Amino acid sequence: MIAFAILALVMVASAIFTVTARRPVHSVVGLLANFVALAIIYLSLQAEFLAVMQIVVYSGAILILFVFVIALLSSGVAPFDIGPDRAKGVLAPAILFALLILGGVIATVLRSPVAVVVGNPGPTGTPQVFGSVADFGIALFNDNLLPFEATAFILLVAVIGVVLIAGDVGPAGVITRRPRKRPGDREPIVKEPAAR
Amino acid sequence: MIVPPEAYVALSAVLFSIGVVGVIVRRNPLIMLMSIELLFNAANLALVTYARAWLNDVGHIFAFLVITVAAAEAAIGLAIVAVTFRKTPHVDVDDVAVLKG
Repeated sequence: MIAFAILALVMVASAIFTVTARRPVHSVVGLLANFVALAIIYLSLQAEFLAVMQIVVYSGAILILFVFVIALLSSGVAPFDIGPDRAKGVLAPAILFALLILGGVIATVLRSPVAVVVGNPGPTGTPQVFGSVADFGIALFNDNLLPFEATAFILLVAVIGVVLIAGDVGPAGVITRRPRKRPGDREPIVKEPAAR
Repeated sequence: MIVPPEAYVALSAVLFSIGVVGVIVRRNPLIMLMSIELLFNAANLALVTYARAWLNDVGHIFAFLVITVAAAEAAIGLAIVAVTFRKTPHVDVDDVAVLKG
């Protein structure tokens, strides 16, 4: 219970820090704390495999992607933080909306409490108990094979989409070569602002 | 479960609310994407909580799929952000009106 309270506190604090931080790098650090705390909460819920996936995929891959993009973008000429950081006049409605969501969920949960299935899921770490890797694999590849294959398709579409969007290949498959540069000069990533 | 599942669901709702505020209020596309990751994680926490409460594996499977979709979304979103930054120096999603009809 104490561990859950601490973890919940860490998660809420880091989430608020992520949302309110002025610089995106600070947000990434907050998000990292949030993900690690969430992985520990997964462990307390006996979702071992998901805890490991949380660390590997979220804290490892996705956050590194964010850090790469931030580093890439802010290595240009202009300073990174320009322009208004917050949308004007939506703070109060946004908080109201969020509180509505929060109140709705909590009221629903309080009205109909979650019926916990009584049963001992077994000690963590032994095979074939709830949430272990073996259990997860059997559930994934036996009963849920079609969603798993759909996942592969989603990843394929994402990879092709990223290459099409960010790569040098044009929309019709035409490779649009950029003009060759001499090895010395370096193009600034952030160009002059266009006239509005 | 020592901690009642309602506590986990409440924590999930709190995180979701914070993420919603972030998506709506912030204009920096990177921080908006991170807030969306917060939303994914809040949903995942609820899924895993109910999976544990009912000793049912499907919640874990679904959380796994959500993680996959989140990875794909982050990759595509960051690619779009990178391309947008190549064209305009502003860090403001309100200025990105290329797709406006």
